[in-house]
Amino acid sequence: MTTTLLRIATAGSVDDGKSTLVGRLLHDAKAILADSLDDIARTSAERGFGGTEGTLDLALVTDGLRAEREQGITIDVAYRYFSTDKRSFILADCPGHVQYTRNTVTGASTADAAIVLVDARNGVLEQTRRHLGVLALLRVPRLVVAVNKMDLIDWDEKAFGQIEAEVLALADELGIISTTVIPVSALQGDNIVEPSQVAPWYTGPTLLGLLEDIEPKLGGGTARLDVQYVIRPQGGLAPGLDPEQYRDYRGYAGTLVDGILTVGDNVQVLSNGQPVASRVKGISTPAGEAQQAQAGDAIVVELETNLDIARGDTIVAGELPTAHREFQANICVLDSAKLTNGQRLLIKHGTKVSAAKLSTIDYVINVADYSQQPAESLELNDLGRITLRSQAALAIEQYATSRTGGSFLLIDPTSGRTLAAGIIEENNEAA
Amino acid sequence: MTTIANAPTGTQRSVLDALEAESIHIIREVLAEFEKPGLLFSGGKDSVVVLHLLAKAVAPLRVPIPVAHIDTGHNFDEVIKFRDSVVEKYGLNLVVGSVQEYIDRGELTELPDGTRNRLQTRVLLDTIENNGFDVVFGGARRDEDKARAKERILSLRDEFGVWDPRNQRPELWSLYNGRHEPDWHVRAFPISNWTERDIWAYIERENIELPPIYFAHTREVFERDGMWRAVTPVSLPNENEPVELKQVRYRTVGDASCTGAVLSAADNVSKVLDELAIATVTERGATRADDRISAAGMEDRKTEGYF
Repeated sequence: MTTTLLRIATAGSVDDGKSTLVGRLLHDAKAILADSLDDIARTSAERGFGGTEGTLDLALVTDGLRAEREQGITIDVAYRYFSTDKRSFILADCPGHVQYTRNTVTGASTADAAIVLVDARNGVLEQTRRHLGVLALLRVPRLVVAVNKMDLIDWDEKAFGQIEAEVLALADELGIISTTVIPVSALQGDNIVEPSQVAPWYTGPTLLGLLEDIEPKLGGGTARLDVQYVIRPQGGLAPGLDPEQYRDYRGYAGTLVDGILTVGDNVQVLSNGQPVASRVKGISTPAGEAQQAQAGDAIVVELETNLDIARGDTIVAGELPTAHREFQANICVLDSAKLTNGQRLLIKHGTKVSAAKLSTIDYVINVADYSQQPAESLELNDLGRITLRSQAALAIEQYATSRTGGSFLLIDPTSGRTLAAGIIEENNEAA
Repeated sequence: MTTIANAPTGTQRSVLDALEAESIHIIREVLAEFEKPGLLFSGGKDSVVVLHLLAKAVAPLRVPIPVAHIDTGHNFDEVIKFRDSVVEKYGLNLVVGSVQEYIDRGELTELPDGTRNRLQTRVLLDTIENNGFDVVFGGARRDEDKARAKERILSLRDEFGVWDPRNQRPELWSLYNGRHEPDWHVRAFPISNWTERDIWAYIERENIELPPIYFAHTREVFERDGMWRAVTPVSLPNENEPVELKQVRYRTVGDASCTGAVLSAADNVSKVLDELAIATVTERGATRADDRISAAGMEDRKTEGYF
């Protein structure tokens, strides 16, 4: 069996016991080596954690930078790594309080699954609605809700059942398809890696057990490659290669972001103007020549006809995305600079960068109750709907069908800062 | 022709295939969007893997950027020999920033403990500036250290080369934004998401050549601070530190005066992987005296402009 990679994002705050949960997961999955464990034991003892000698404060596993401790702030997302026999995990640990939305959007953008924490004593709060709202917007394929601190409510099966029902109803309302709710105690290690001994009524998977079994969603749909880099032998061949063999070589390097591409496929190349037809002559993968590539592969494509193709163009096999100069999108503001009507921007979509203009702010989304309100400007951590005009025609798709075709960044043309992340939600009529 | 949206297609790829594809994507983005990239190359396993990925990202072309070695002057001979053979093999242009030359010119002063990792920072920043690099690739990984765990894949450095953890640019999807002020530069870390184990597994799979000191060999060593140090002109034992002949290997290569060896019988990649599976100490904890001084050792060096 092939060991696969799963990317997870966590959402929750220190109050829910998120640090302890992440620490417990890493500790029980044996991802913390002895020297780090010694540090944690020493600090735990210094701070008198747990009262008994040898009790570890597992929240220290995720203890941050000195700069953070000194200033009492948490600096955005930290990435952590652990693996089991079945799988390797990349965990984007998103802090809960400060700049919550910005961090969760960042962590969730690449996640195959998200873990949300709920405190068993409090049940579903406004904060839970907020977490789920953002994850739904980002369409994280799998949601795991860990109802933590079950030990503090004496593993009350009925109380858990109520929280579970509330969470599932909320997920349903938000259109999150796949949700699992697990009762846990991160502090005592119940149902994180080892099944709980004190709650035999729970017969579902442990958190790690579930994460090991989630199948990452494969990129389906239309084969799509955004050209990153045009490879021509004039750039100088690698030592030992025969220039004769590569005299007419022209390869288009990029990542196949969706679908499957096969040698012989008919393709369309989307540049700024009309689509141009060609056919796939050859595919190279990092392992060498191949007949076929699938979503996620970093490849080089050769076409049968010589076309004027540049970085930013898109090669598509199958149903064509329509090129747009004006469209609506949801955005999350990531910078302290406000976004206002008429503002000049750069948009980065796939591998294309174009001048753009924010035509109108249609509304701001209240992440607590999902209502829409009119707004003059959008500020840091705001989620809102805008209408955007782009100088170049962009081959956009709906985010639900294509994470790459349906996402973009808005960049400040002067400072170069990333101002906002955008998601294309609904059908935009061709402009 | 109709396509069913989200129809599951293809098969789940292996961890190494997924990491390799992500790294190549990042490398191609950087090569395409920056004016003058360089690669920081120490001859250490991580920078060797980045070079291997760079070659794959542009194949069949030659690696189109220079490699820069920040030379502490405290080298293992085997590593310098290896560096030169790699430069030859790939047909690279090598730039060396020499800490020794700075000391000889009186522009840097030797530290009291004689180690030079920290002195590299000045030389590194000058090398970047003098060569006009607007971006340099590095082999740092997020699993190395808690300061690195918060590092971006494209990490901005201001005109002083300073890393400001409070002011990092969010990175979403596979969209990287490397725009920056004219006198700033960017560090690009394409293997951010690889673990030490992934690196070794990839070295095995791709049959990548490494300096011989990564594999078990017999060497004159002495024990200091619970770490085995090689006897070299820059690391000599004190009277109470007896010299012994031991079978050792290195988990990292760096300044020979403060890089420790581990006792090991692993004389090939597959045995190194077996040892890693049962390792109980982190890579930096085992082998880097400078990271043991304080939990914030790496954080401090990074904010000064270190790798």
